[in-house]
Amino acid sequence: MSDRIIFDNVSKFYGDVLGVNRVNLSIPPGITSLVGPNGSGKTTLMNLMTGLIRPTRGSIQILGMTIDDPENLFRVVGYSSQFDSFPKGLSGYEFIYSYLLLYGFDRAQADEFAWRAIDRVGLREAAQRKVGGYSKGMRQRIRLAQAIAHNPRVLILDEPLNGLDPLVRAETIALFRSFAGEGCHVILSSHVLHEVDIISDQVILMSAGYVVAEGNIQSVRNEIQDQPMQILIRCKQPSELAARFFEEDDVVEVRLHHDRAGLLVKTTNPTRFYRSMNHLARTGVGLESVAPVDDDVNSVYEYLIGEEGSR
Amino acid sequence: MNLLRWQQVLGVIRLEIRKTFFAKRGFWIYLLALAPVGLFLLHTIIEIQLRHMGRTRDASIGQMSFIYAGIFQFFYLRLAIFFGCLGIFMNLFRGEMLDKSLHFYLLTPMRREVLLVGKYLAGLIAASVIFSISTALQLAAVLAQFDSATISHFLYQSHGLSQIASYLGVTILACLGYGSVFLAAGMLFRNPIIPAAVVLVWEAANPVLPSILKKISVIYYLKSLCPVSIPVDPGMPSLLALLVSNAEPVAGYLAVTGLLLLSALILVASMKRVRRLEINYTTE
Repeated sequence: MSDRIIFDNVSKFYGDVLGVNRVNLSIPPGITSLVGPNGSGKTTLMNLMTGLIRPTRGSIQILGMTIDDPENLFRVVGYSSQFDSFPKGLSGYEFIYSYLLLYGFDRAQADEFAWRAIDRVGLREAAQRKVGGYSKGMRQRIRLAQAIAHNPRVLILDEPLNGLDPLVRAETIALFRSFAGEGCHVILSSHVLHEVDIISDQVILMSAGYVVAEGNIQSVRNEIQDQPMQILIRCKQPSELAARFFEEDDVVEVRLHHDRAGLLVKTTNPTRFYRSMNHLARTGVGLESVAPVDDDVNSVYEYLIGEEGSR
Repeated sequence: MNLLRWQQVLGVIRLEIRKTFFAKRGFWIYLLALAPVGLFLLHTIIEIQLRHMGRTRDASIGQMSFIYAGIFQFFYLRLAIFFGCLGIFMNLFRGEMLDKSLHFYLLTPMRREVLLVGKYLAGLIAASVIFSISTALQLAAVLAQFDSATISHFLYQSHGLSQIASYLGVTILACLGYGSVFLAAGMLFRNPIIPAAVVLVWEAANPVLPSILKKISVIYYLKSLCPVSIPVDPGMPSLLALLVSNAEPVAGYLAVTGLLLLSALILVASMKRVRRLEINYTTE
């Protein structure tokens, strides 16, 4: 059985409105973040993965299963959607327990799984209260508990960190890591780019219904060749070093860092630049560190999606 | 259907029953169901009061059975059960779309057809319980004005028990038939007024429809199953006479079979629809 989530030329239109177009993806296990501005197609992609909407064109396979096979698919898939609504009149425990019975678990198993999931999201004390009286963060957590209760191998989470306080955020991220560590897929969407940077093994950048980049964030950055790579060099004599860099063909800009203890260099050929840095290091110019400064999600997002996405 | 699917059907029923019986937006259904009970109760109280005052109107149990048959066919079947089923069954899918909670079902390892069957059965149980209790209470209220000897004679020597059983059976069959219609309508239409109006007109027009089209109607079968026919009075308004008349009555077993078949066909069509159902709450 495949361990990938595969989108094969998938398009989704809502009437004349584009949801996503010509999406081709092969997502390996690990934490994958969907990043993009509002309306870029992140939720559409997640809803397509779970069969809540059907593709207009193309096909989707989750670990070798199609969305037309719910009896097998949803044994391995858990989805915490963005819809902040619940069946009326149920407590947190009843909500999880009742839906676990639909998986065919007997009452004792459903009870055990429900409490285990509730404990994982830290909601034991509030579990017997009606969900209608929960705070936004608690509702977010009970949805997460419902998505993980049956121990899925593919966890799909739409903005899962929204409404969580910093402590719970950290615990939730640790939970995602533990899932990914067990070889599961964790697919999440987030607007908080610095969190995406910390959490993700790979990212899928989306804009206006199209996938504009995917993969490991550093490799995505390397492929953006129209934006010179920014490298921060910490050294004892930055002015002297700057003069040497101006002789390099690939260096397009050299600026003194604002603390005057380093240089910000923009180069169109980082590989060659790093090689020349090795030579320089041997000449005793007092290099302290060399590190790229724009190979994070924030920068990549800025380059590929730009100002429009940041709004 | 395998054991897991039955378990799933029961699981859906368990979740839906509570929602259906205790839904705030369904409060009016109870009023609709209990309205004829109130009417008959009021009539009985007035009759008893008049008797106490020595002003007996001598309404026989036979006359009362005609009056009951009229109210059962005109108000109870065509309006109370009709709109009650509209409220219960259209809400099974549409209500959850409005509440944005239908997706929780669609994310479980359950075929959508199983979900549909579970929801339909939950609606059927709720509607049957509400309207059968009302039917029983109506009949009790009608009989309450008579003395025990008259009631006993009616029940055991004048087919009274079989009439009561028939009315209860027709009530359940009406829920079954209209339930299937409005479950399907709930998946096809966002606004319940449109299907309600269309089906209401269709059912009312049943007597003037060609024979083949008559059979695609719930009231056609129910009329044939009602235990007491309403006599067509020569002075009756023509529209009322048209509604009362049952020009092509069918045998009881054929009527039951026909209604079950019609409901099954509608449910099969609904199953095809539910397979393609998409969650798009923003357009609701």
